[in-house]
This record gives sequence, structure tokens and C-alpha cells, in this order.
Amino acid sequence: MATVGQLQKQFVDFSTSLYREFIQLQKLQDESNPDFVFEVVSLFFEDSEKLLNNLAIALQQQVVDFKQVDAHVHQFKGSSSSIGAHRVKNMCVAFRNFCEEKNLDGCLRCLQQINHEYCLVKNKLENVFRLERQILEAGGTIPLIA
Amino acid sequence: MAVEEILHVLAVDDSLVDRKVIERLLKVSCCKVTAVESGRRALQYLGLDGETSSVNFDQELKVNLIMTDYSMPGMTGYELLKKIKGSSKLREIPVVVMSSENILARIDRCLEEGAEEFLMKPVKLSDVERLRDFVLKGDEDKNEGEVLATTRKRKNRSDESRPLILQSSEPSPHQSLPKRPRLIATVD
Repeated sequence: MATVGQLQKQFVDFSTSLYREFIQLQKLQDESNPDFVFEVVSLFFEDSEKLLNNLAIALQQQVVDFKQVDAHVHQFKGSSSSIGAHRVKNMCVAFRNFCEEKNLDGCLRCLQQINHEYCLVKNKLENVFRLERQILEAGGTIPLIA
Repeated sequence: MAVEEILHVLAVDDSLVDRKVIERLLKVSCCKVTAVESGRRALQYLGLDGETSSVNFDQELKVNLIMTDYSMPGMTGYELLKKIKGSSKLREIPVVVMSSENILARIDRCLEEGAEEFLMKPVKLSDVERLRDFVLKGDEDKNEGEVLATTRKRKNRSDESRPLILQSSEPSPHQSLPKRPRLIATVD
């Protein structure tokens, strides 16, 4: 069973690997808004899952509307960069290039990869929240990330 | 009327996530926020959509700063900016455009159209605090001008396009902002 110290270290490792945007978000959280990060991240999950779904549907059409696909990817790029999900964001950049070239194959491959990257980041974020809970339950305090 | 001024900022962004974040950034900076999801809604709120007449009876509704995302479906931030600067009623309100894309032509276009600044997303707390201070200082100067009582002075101020960095004679740590804001976001 992990000690509080070990949990805290894991928490710091995960948080810092999520890039500074996520850490910036954590700084905006305080006693008056203790669930801010959780709320933003939940919105991100909701938003992303909808976008990924829309992308899958759009790419399955007989005649693919690449402009529409691009619009979805653009949105996803925005929200992932706000959260600090850089790998997802970078995939979105590549995805948009394929949209511009109207390269269906490229787009489908990107979609697959984005789904994968999204799962990784979702996992990571869920771990951060889980660690927070565990630390608090074990009577520890959440470390402040510089 | 010497009321403690709390800035009222209208934030316009089609992304739910970004709206939530900008709202929080503004609240942490002690601003009152109204967040809307589109240019159209923003114009409605400002009473400029031609359908509703301006409902600004309540001084509290007065908007001191508009922060808008650039890429939005329907009406872009640029189009919203043009409408605001094209309105005699609203053109005094500083407008800041935000974007996650660092496109020079886009930035130029916005600044030429009268945007106070073009911010790279994700927007940082220090950006918001700087804007808040800029707007507060602007209002302070305006009030002083009124006390000195020349309408002409006020008219001249509103005719000038205000550079982002001011008129302030004291150096500040963020000083060297030229009229063109930094174009590269400091994220690696």
C-alpha cells in the first residue's frame, strides 16, 4: 500500500508531465472553487467524445465534407491545447493537413491515432484525480506544483 | 460617482472548455464576466443586433472590455470586432482577440481594425491581469479628463487609436510591449 509520500510523488510526476497548461489550471483552483480543474477536465472529456464521434461519422459519409471535418478537428485542437494535451493537439495539426489535401486515408489514420492519444491523456488525467482523492483520504495534502 | 470599479468583461468563445477557463481567469482577476458562445449572442447582449434596443438602463450591464476568440463558426472574432468598431455606441470598448493560431496576416488585420491586442491561446493569468490594469488605467485617465472639464479633450482621446502601452510614465515589469503584441506564445 503506497504511502502518502509515494502518492504525492506520483501526483507531482503525472501533473508535470501534463505540461504547464494543466498546472496553470490547477493554480486557478482554490477554496472558493475547489473543483475547478475537475469541472474543466470533465467538460473536455464530454466535448472530446462528442467531437471524436462526429469525426467518425463525418469520415464515413459517402461524400466526405472535409471542411466540416476540419472544423471539428480545429475545435478539438483548441480544447486539447487548453488542457495541455499536447500530443492530441499535434495530431490535430497533422489531421488538418490531410483535410486540406482531402486525403481520406490520411484522415482515417489520424483519427485512429487521435483516439489512441486521447485515451492516453484521459487515463493520465483520471489518474491525477484518483491520486488526489487517495492523498486526501490518507490524510495528506495535495502538493503545489511550481 | 466614485464607485470602486470592477471591470465587466464580455467573453466570446464557441469552445465550452475555453469559456470556462477564461471565466475563471477573469474572476480570479476580480472582474465580472459574461461569457457567450457566439458573435451573434455578443451583439445581442451589447444591444447591437438591430432587433433588441439597448437595454443599458442598469449601469451594471456596461461592458468595459470584450475578449473574443478569432475562429468561431458563423461570425468570426474579426467580423465581431468590425461590427463593434463600426458602432458609434460601442467603438470605445476595447476589444481583444484571442487565437490558438499564430498567423501574421490575421493578427495584422485585427490590429488594423482596432483590436487592442491579439492574444495567443491558451490565455494566461498574467495576460488577463495586464489587460485589466490597462483598461482600469484608461478609465482613470478618462475620468480625470472629465473632471478637468473639456469635452474636446474627451473627443480627442476617443479619436486616437490607443496603443496598448501607454501613456503611463512609470516603467512596469511588462513594459516593453510595442503596439504589436508578442506573436509567439511562450510554450514549448
